Amino acid sequence: MQEASAPQAQQGHHGPPEGFIRKYVFSLDHKVIGKQYYGLALVAVFIGMTLSWLMRYHLIYPNGKIFGLELLSKVGAPGGVMTPEYYLSLMTMHGTLMVFFVLTNAPFAAFGNYFLPIQIGAEDMAFPRFNMMSFWVTLVAFLVLVTAFFIPDGPPISGWTAYAPLSAVGTDAGPGLGWGQNLWGLSIAIFCVGSLLGSLNFIATTLDLRAKGMTLMRMPLCTWAWFITACISLLAFAVLLPACLLLVLDRMAGTSFFIPAGLVVSDRLQAHAGGSPLLWQHLFWFFGHPEVYIAILPAMGIVSHILINSIRRPLLSAKVIIYSMMSIGFLSYMVWGHHMFVSGMNPFSSLMFSFPTLTITIPATVMTLIWLGSLYGARIRFTSASLFALGFISMFVSGGVSGFFLAQPSIDIYLHATYFVVGHFHMVMGVAAIFGVFAGTYFWFPKMTGRMMSEGLGKVHFWFTFIGTYCIFMPFHYLGLAGNVRRYSSFVDDFLLPLMPVHRFITIAALITGAAQFIFLYNLIHSRFRGKVAPVNPWEATSLEWTIPSPPPWNNFGDRHPVVYHDPHQYGVKGSLGDYVMQDSPEKIENES
Amino acid sequence: MTTDGKATAAAMNRSSAEEAAKSGIWVGIAAITMTFAAFTSAIIVREGTDTSWHHMTLPGVLYLNTLVLIASSITLELSRRPVAARISRREAAGQEGSRSGLLWLLVTLGLGLMFLAGQYAAWRELASQGLFLATNPSSSFFYVLTAVHGVHLLGGLAALGYLAGKLSMAGARLRRSTAEATSIYWHFMGGLWIYLLLVMRTRL
Amino acid sequence: MGKFFAVVLTIIALVSAVPIVMHTWWMPPDISTHGHAIDEQLTDTMAEAGFSFLAAQLLLALFVWKFSERKDSGPIKSLPGGAKGLVIAALILVGTEMLALGVLGQKAWASVYFTPASPNALQVQAQAGQFAFYFRYPGADGKFGALHPDKIDEGNQNYFGLDPANEVEARDDIVSGELAIPANREVLLLIHAKDVGHSFYVPELRIQQDFVPGLDLSVHFTATKVGRYEIVCTQLCGLGHYNMKAYLNVMSQEDFDKWLKQKASEQ
Repeated sequence: MQEASAPQAQQGHHGPPEGFIRKYVFSLDHKVIGKQYYGLALVAVFIGMTLSWLMRYHLIYPNGKIFGLELLSKVGAPGGVMTPEYYLSLMTMHGTLMVFFVLTNAPFAAFGNYFLPIQIGAEDMAFPRFNMMSFWVTLVAFLVLVTAFFIPDGPPISGWTAYAPLSAVGTDAGPGLGWGQNLWGLSIAIFCVGSLLGSLNFIATTLDLRAKGMTLMRMPLCTWAWFITACISLLAFAVLLPACLLLVLDRMAGTSFFIPAGLVVSDRLQAHAGGSPLLWQHLFWFFGHPEVYIAILPAMGIVSHILINSIRRPLLSAKVIIYSMMSIGFLSYMVWGHHMFVSGMNPFSSLMFSFPTLTITIPATVMTLIWLGSLYGARIRFTSASLFALGFISMFVSGGVSGFFLAQPSIDIYLHATYFVVGHFHMVMGVAAIFGVFAGTYFWFPKMTGRMMSEGLGKVHFWFTFIGTYCIFMPFHYLGLAGNVRRYSSFVDDFLLPLMPVHRFITIAALITGAAQFIFLYNLIHSRFRGKVAPVNPWEATSLEWTIPSPPPWNNFGDRHPVVYHDPHQYGVKGSLGDYVMQDSPEKIENES
Repeated sequence: MTTDGKATAAAMNRSSAEEAAKSGIWVGIAAITMTFAAFTSAIIVREGTDTSWHHMTLPGVLYLNTLVLIASSITLELSRRPVAARISRREAAGQEGSRSGLLWLLVTLGLGLMFLAGQYAAWRELASQGLFLATNPSSSFFYVLTAVHGVHLLGGLAALGYLAGKLSMAGARLRRSTAEATSIYWHFMGGLWIYLLLVMRTRL
Repeated sequence: MGKFFAVVLTIIALVSAVPIVMHTWWMPPDISTHGHAIDEQLTDTMAEAGFSFLAAQLLLALFVWKFSERKDSGPIKSLPGGAKGLVIAALILVGTEMLALGVLGQKAWASVYFTPASPNALQVQAQAGQFAFYFRYPGADGKFGALHPDKIDEGNQNYFGLDPANEVEARDDIVSGELAIPANREVLLLIHAKDVGHSFYVPELRIQQDFVPGLDLSVHFTATKVGRYEIVCTQLCGLGHYNMKAYLNVMSQEDFDKWLKQKASEQ
C-alpha cells in the first residue's frame, strides 16, 4: 500500500481532501469542479432568463412600469420604465451570459468535468490544479461581467457580438460604452483563459488517462463529444483572446486596430486612424461560429449516450456519429464568413463560405437519421431524461432546417438581422443545447448527489418546456419572414405594427415557459435533500460511471483500477431488448465488433 | 487485487501521467500557435485596409536578443543529459552530474532574463524615438506582439526556476515529464520568437 | 407517454407549418427587378426545408408511437438498410439538395453583387449616422463634393461635411432626408458610414447592406413600383437603433425631376 500511494502523490494527483475549503471551495476534485461549473451556469441561466422576461415585457409594453427595476438602475429604468438603451444593455448581458456562462459551461465544462474522467476510468483530470484554476478564472470572469450591472453607466449596449467601432470608440457612442464595455472585454478575455485551461485538461486527460482496455472507440459518445468540443474550444478561444485584447487596447490605450479614420461620433471627430471594423468581425466570428458547436456538440453526445439507454439497443452506428461530430468540428472553422454576407466583405468570399456551410447539413442530417433510425424496433423507456433527449432531436431538426436559408447569401440579403436569425440560433444552439443539459441533469443527478429526482415533476417540466419553447421560437421565424428586424427595443415602423399580436403571443409564452423552469429548480433542490436514495445503477446503463457508488468517492474507483472489455453500446446483447452488459464486465459477447 | 497488481497499476498510472504532461504541453503549444496566427492575420488584414501604413525599423537590439534566446536553447539542451541522469538515478543534489545540470539550467535562466531585459531595452529605444503603443499601427502591433510573447516566456522562466529549485534541493523528487515539457516549451518560445521577428521585419 | 409525445409532436409540426403555407406573415410584395430571384430561391428552399422538417418530425412521432408500448423484451429489429443505407441516403439526397440550392442561389446573389451597375445609373450617396440616414445627389455637375469629417456640423445642416466655400463640386450637391428615386431606373447607392456600423434595409426592395465605417461600399438596384417604403437600420448602432429610419420614395421620372429641381432650389 505504501508503495502504491507514494508514486501517486508524486505524479501530482491529490490525496483525499481535508477540511471544508479543500473539499468544496478550492477543490482539486474534478467532480466538485464539475458541480461548481453547474452551479455557476444555473445562476447565470436564471439571470439570463429574467433578463429575457424583462425584454419581452418591454417589447410589448414599451412604457410599462416594471416593479422594482428602478432599484437595479435609476438611469436605465427611471420610475421602473425601461429606457431603449437599458433594453440594449439587458440584451447584451442576456446574450453574453447565455452564450458564455451557460451554453459553454453547462453541457461542456460542468458535465464534462464531472463525467469525462469517470467514463474513461481515470482517477481525476490530468492536471487537477489547472482544472481548479479554470473554474476560478471563469468565476472571476462572471463576477467582472455582472459588475457592469452595478456601475452608474450600466452594462454595454453593443450586443454580445460587440461589433466595432460601436464597442471601441467609448462613451461618445452611447451609454454603457465606457466602463461597462471595458468590463465586458476584460470578462471575455478572462473567460477565454479559463476555457483554454479547461480544454487543455480535457484533451490531455482523454488522450493519456484512459483505463486499461478503454480504446478510443470504446469511449462513450458523450466523452467523444467533450473531447472534440475541447479541440474546437482550444482553437476558438485562442483566437477570441487576442481579439479581446486588441479591443481593450483600442478602448483603453488609444490604439486603432478596429477604428478607422474620420469617424464623427456625437459631433466629435475621433482621434483614431486606419483600423478595420471588419477585422473584429472576422476574428469574432472565427471564434463565434465554432462556439455554436461548442454548445451543441456536447448536447449531441449526451443525448446519444442517454438515447441508447432509453431505447435499450445500440445506435445503428456509433462510429458514424463520431465521424459526423468530427466533420462538424472540422467544418466549423471554414464557415465563419456566413455571418458577414451583407457586411461588405468581398462577394466572392460569400460564396466560398456558403458551400461549406451548406455542407455541414450533411453530417447533421446523417446524425439525425441515425438517431431516428435507431428508434425503429426499439422499446423506449420514458424517463424525464429520455423525453428531453427525444425533444432534443425534434428541436435540433427545427433549428437546423432554418439554417438552409441563412447559409445562402442571396436569401440572407432579406433575412439577415431579422427575427428569423434569432429564431434559428435560439432553437438550435439555445434550446437544443439546453435540452441536452436537462436530459443530462435528469440522467446523472442520481450519480452526482446519490438521490433520485422526482420523475413526475420532471415530466411536467418537460411538457411545459417542450411546448413552451416551440410557442416562443417558432413564431420568431414568421416574424423574420415578415422582415421584423432584431435588436429593436420597440417597434415604431409601420410595417412592424401588424406583427404586434405575434409579439404579444411570444411574450406570454415566454413568461409561462420561464415560470415552468422553477419547477425544475424546485425539483433540483428538493431532490438534493429529500429525494429517494439512488442505487448504483438506476437506469441499467453500461458505462463506467454506473459501476461506482452514488455519489462517487473522492478518487472515483477507490483502490480499484477498472479494466474495460466492451464499448458502452452493449444494450440488447442477446438479441433481445432490455438486457445489457457493462463496460467492465469480462463477459464474452458474440459478434462484438 | 494483489499488492503486486496495485503496484503495476500505479506504475501504469504514473507513466500515463507522464504522457499527459507531454500531450498537455503540445496542446498548449497548439493554442499559443493559434493565438499568434490570429495576430498575424490581424496584421495582414489591418495592413490591407490602411492606406497610410507606416513601416518602422526594428530596434537593432532585437537581433542580439535573438542570439541570446538561441543560446539559451543550446544551454538548455546541455543541461538535459545531466538532469535526465539525476532523475533516473535519483542522485542526491550536489553530485557531479546534477551540479553541471543545475549550472546549465541557471545559465539558461539567466539568458532568458537577459532576453527579457533586451526586449525592454528595445521598448525604451522605440519610446525614445517617440513610438508608443498608440502611435501608429506598426508600433501598436510591435508592442502587442513582443508583450504577449514576453508574457508566455515568463511562464517558461517560471518553469525553469521551478526545475532549478527542485534540482538544488536534496532529495526533492523531479518528474521527467516536467523537465521534458519545460524544455519543449522553451524551444517553442525560441522558434516562436524567430517567427515573430520575421513577421515584424517583413510586415511592420 | 409515448403516444402522447407522438400526438403533441405531430400537432406542433403541423400547426407550425400552417402560417408558412398560408403566408399569414410573409414577405411584403417585391418592388425590385432582382427580387424575384431571391423570392424564388426562398420559396424553393422553403419547399425543401419544409419537407425535411415535416418528414423528420413526423417520422420521430411515428417511431415513438410505434415503439413505446412494447411490453415484451422481444428480439431487436433493426431498420432495413441500417446505418449504411441512411448514410448513403443522406449523402445523395441532402448532398444534391444542398448543391442544387448552392448553385441556384448563386444566380440570385450574382444579380445583386456580380453585375456592375450600368454607367448611366443614378448615383446617390447614402450616409448613416446615429440615428438618421441622409442622402446626397451630385447636382447638375454630376460630381460629388469631397467629404471632410471635420466640417460636419449638424446645427448648420452640413450633415456630410461638405466644403462649398472652397470646392466647386460641393456647391450644387443636393442633400435630402428621404431617398427619392425614379421608378424603373437603376440606382447606384454609395454607402458611407459617419460614425459606427449601420445597415440599409428595405424589405420590399430585397436589399440589405451594412454601412461599415472606413469602408466605402456600394449597392445597386432598380425599383419598379411607385410608392413610399420604409428604410430601417438593421445593424445595432446604439440607443436610438430601433428608431433609425428614413423613407424610400419611388416616383415616376417626371415627379422625380420636379422633386430634384425643388430640392435644389431649397439648398
